[in-house]
Amino acid sequence: MDEAMVAGFLAATVRVGTPLLLAALGETLAERGGVINLGIEGSMLAGALGGALGATAGGLWLGTGAAVAAGLLLAAVFVVVAIGCRADQIITGTAVTLGAVGLTGLVYRRAYGPAGAGLSLPTFEPLAVPGASGLPLVGEALFAQPVLTYLAWAAVPVTWWLLFRTRWGLALRAVGEAPEAARAAGVRVRRVQAGATLLGGALAGLAGGALVLAQVGTFAENMTAGRGFIAIAIVVLGRWHPVWVLAAALLFGGATALQFLFQAMGLPVPYQWIHMIPYAMALIALAGGMGRARAPAALGR
Amino acid sequence: MIAGVRFPLRVVGLAVAAGLAVLAAGLWALGYDPVTAFGAMARGAFGSWHGFASTTLVRAVPLIILGFGFALAFRGGALNIGMEGQFLAGAIAATWVGLLLAGWPGVVAVPAVWLAGLLAGALWVVIPVILKVRFGVLEVITTLLLNFVAESLVSYMVTGPLQEAKRVYPQSDLIGAAARLPLLPGTRLHLGFLLAVLLCVAGYVVFTRTLWGFRLKAVGQGPRAAWLSGRIASGTLLGGALLLSGAIAGLGGAVEIGGVTYALFQNLSPGYGFTAIAVALLGRGHPLGIILTGILFGALQAGAGAMQREAGIPAVAVAVVQAVVIVVVLLADAAARRRQAATVYPDPAPGEA
Amino acid sequence: MHALRGADFVLHAGEVHALLGENGAGKTTLMHVAYGLARPDAGGIERAGRPVTIGSPAAARRLGIGMVHQHFTSVPAFTVAENVALATGGRAPAVPAPGDPVLAALWEGLDPEAVVERLPVGLRQRLEVVKALAAKTEILLLDEPSAVLTPQEITGLMSAIRDFAARGGAAVLITHKLSEALAVADRVTVLRHGTAVRSGPVGAETRETLATAMLGEAPAAEPPARPRTPGEERVRLTGVTVAPLEGRGPGLRGADLSIRAGEIVGVAAVEGNGHRELMLGAAGLLPPAAGTVAVRGRVALVPEDRTTEGLIPGLSLTENVVLGRGTDAPWIRGAWLDWGAARGATAAMLPAFAIAAPGPDEPAATLSGGNQQKLLLARALAEHPEVLVAENPTRGLDIRATAAIRARLRDAAADGVAVLLYSSDLDEVLALADRVVVVTGGELRPMPPGATRDRVGSAMLGVAESGR
Repeated sequence: MDEAMVAGFLAATVRVGTPLLLAALGETLAERGGVINLGIEGSMLAGALGGALGATAGGLWLGTGAAVAAGLLLAAVFVVVAIGCRADQIITGTAVTLGAVGLTGLVYRRAYGPAGAGLSLPTFEPLAVPGASGLPLVGEALFAQPVLTYLAWAAVPVTWWLLFRTRWGLALRAVGEAPEAARAAGVRVRRVQAGATLLGGALAGLAGGALVLAQVGTFAENMTAGRGFIAIAIVVLGRWHPVWVLAAALLFGGATALQFLFQAMGLPVPYQWIHMIPYAMALIALAGGMGRARAPAALGR
Repeated sequence: MIAGVRFPLRVVGLAVAAGLAVLAAGLWALGYDPVTAFGAMARGAFGSWHGFASTTLVRAVPLIILGFGFALAFRGGALNIGMEGQFLAGAIAATWVGLLLAGWPGVVAVPAVWLAGLLAGALWVVIPVILKVRFGVLEVITTLLLNFVAESLVSYMVTGPLQEAKRVYPQSDLIGAAARLPLLPGTRLHLGFLLAVLLCVAGYVVFTRTLWGFRLKAVGQGPRAAWLSGRIASGTLLGGALLLSGAIAGLGGAVEIGGVTYALFQNLSPGYGFTAIAVALLGRGHPLGIILTGILFGALQAGAGAMQREAGIPAVAVAVVQAVVIVVVLLADAAARRRQAATVYPDPAPGEA
Repeated sequence: MHALRGADFVLHAGEVHALLGENGAGKTTLMHVAYGLARPDAGGIERAGRPVTIGSPAAARRLGIGMVHQHFTSVPAFTVAENVALATGGRAPAVPAPGDPVLAALWEGLDPEAVVERLPVGLRQRLEVVKALAAKTEILLLDEPSAVLTPQEITGLMSAIRDFAARGGAAVLITHKLSEALAVADRVTVLRHGTAVRSGPVGAETRETLATAMLGEAPAAEPPARPRTPGEERVRLTGVTVAPLEGRGPGLRGADLSIRAGEIVGVAAVEGNGHRELMLGAAGLLPPAAGTVAVRGRVALVPEDRTTEGLIPGLSLTENVVLGRGTDAPWIRGAWLDWGAARGATAAMLPAFAIAAPGPDEPAATLSGGNQQKLLLARALAEHPEVLVAENPTRGLDIRATAAIRARLRDAAADGVAVLLYSSDLDEVLALADRVVVVTGGELRPMPPGATRDRVGSAMLGVAESGR
């Protein structure tokens, strides 16, 4: 294993980890408010298609905006049903994701013709930080990334600030821990939950956009392949804290990027087994993480 | 009705109508003709007896079996969102056994294939059960994650150990004729339909007449009260129900291999595991309701196939109908809860009045 | 259904005003109207002579109104300072502004960095008062603030409320304890069925006048208890250690206890000191980590919370009865259930225990709390247990339902059942029990016969006995 291989692996880790990080930060906000939104998988998928359509119509930034809007739209459905009408969050989230699969399939084939047509989209070019990007090993991984990656990194301190330094964050965390206490303190519980969930949906949409416009460069039906669900495991492993979520997202990015490394090293492992690694890791993370960290007390209720 | 399960037809009608309406609106907005689309759908689903039995009912079989599996765990308060994976695990095991027992008589091969499916489905849910019972990890996420592992495993199997002898396509060889399920003469409807119906009838009896069925319901509706009753080992009961749910999903996979495809390949399931959630919710967890809603969704899928062939509209669009159905059922439940809260006068908590 | 029907209430500056009434009379609802948590269908509020609308707790606080709720309203996972910030509308962890001596006295001993769920109940209650006072509060509403406190802690709290009033504040004290109203208040208002039926200076009132106003009739004398004679030992706990339930509190450590047939052993404890582990350990629901629990005969449990722990509200009465009975019940046939038999047995329980319910097929949620509690007791006694463990069996019930439950417990003991009773109402423990044990800091301490209220209270606080 030479230096170029490691540098490539690290760069791939960051690139693959970016959508996971964005989605997981969004879900962190929702879960801190006691909302578990399985619909972020749907938001991500819708964001991916939105990104593709927007980029086709008007370039990368329109694609990014469309991705956010699409993620937000699906989160809005979840908010109306699960928070507005207090339906079961888990089943609502499943339904939203299911609906997103159908809707994106329908729209995708309408927009780009029958499936199988290889769609090629423009992607964000790596933005190299002069000087730093040439550093050995980590130069490419840290300083020559698409702009959406830098945006995702910036979202970490912003999320932290929102959660721990604003009145809204204090109220949100109170809602997630003890909704009745929050209500008695004058917090509008459902409004705060709705806000956090919508913000989470927007971030999940952006994550889908990043997947298409900064990583893969194409759209395929059901292309998110459970990344939204992995993001939920990342939130658990990251103990509902933005900084730990960053670390956990990179860990999962690394697990996914292993296939590039294995390919580069020429290891004779069937690719299907490597595909399983992130999901298996998520299971282990859930088993280990749940024991030690404490979830928001009112999560899912 | 004591310990029974109510099945309101009105919600079913409303939910399906809403789902179709949303689909029609979506098709119209995208420039398709909803009338043509629905016409194709109706013909595909109900156009002829042969079509009805060979597509609608055949499609309904896995939906009924998996829908019942979901309802079983759901009754105990567990959400088995991983039936897709358990279905695939059952299908892998069934294919393997079906290939292995090619020379055996059907009375041995068919039950062996079913048993393989049951065991593999249960195995696929063992880890979530342990994580839930021992560590309190949400079974929703763990079962969901294992769906993707199962998909990769199928992909590996049909390009590796179970790939056809010719090694051309990513699929297995056909299982032995003895391991295949008998068909209703003149149709492609197989014995699995009878199995699905019997499963639901048995489930109905278990739910309403046995102590186990009642305790499962108690754990689902009042886990803490169930524990403090001192009579119910909640963890064991719920773990058992989840295992059974997984086994049933695995059986669904085995029946699909033995009755429909005779071979394993990728994309074996067009999302049966998720459609089954809609089936179970719309059937209100009522085993007999599940038969009805299973056939309804079978018709929807059969119709979707026809819609794709005749009107060029992707079949995946029916997922929208399923999602809307789930949402409408949830909303109806929420409304019913509010109505009940308004008509009931529980004694207030201390101090409240 | 209205919780309040044309209730009038006037509060003056500088006074402590007791708001008396039975459970369900509308006391809390009236104060929720004043605090913006409930909206009146008719009628209005004036503050200092001007009509105001109070649409939310935030609006109430802007008007200088603070409330101490009956249930703790601090976020358990937050620190003290975070909770103060949440309550006062701040964004960062906050400590109350200095200057107010009442507030300063209450703040004494509260560590701003302490996580609330690890605080003892007395300090948690003080935090509740601090939060209510922290935002320049002139009107303080207190809903049953003494329910969770020991006699000594109650004295401290009441003197703080008096100080607050002495400095010009106005306080409303919701209580159902007549003695508390008579001791602390300047004026008193009595609510009955949502209407203010009596209001005036406390000096003109006696226990009898207030009780009659609350009930609408002179209170009935309790029937004489049948004599109880302790018989053979039914329960013996030897060195029993139980891990803390849900990981909170000290659990139970090395407890020794013997309960005999025909006696009521009362348990007095402050929440979170290990009494639950004692009760559930004795009932066989929590396995001891060390020591032995020896029980002769069957144990029945009436758990703490009737709607989440005792009954399943969505299930029918019959189903709830089946839930609580073991496999020796007459309706069990191997793996099968004979619903007809279960239904018949349930139907027979209703008149026998004077449970007001339309029938055995109704959901338990449709019963009033008193009837739910009677059903729980009926279910527990139906299998003729040798031991009955009852946790807070009268919490939140009105006086008649309370009397009925207490009579059933006394009868059970007179019939030879060994009863272990916990109540968060110390007076109830003292009234019913033949012997009292205190659980404090996870340790069980027997009280000598005839121990006074104050002595038991000191023991609950963990104060070492003098002269030992």
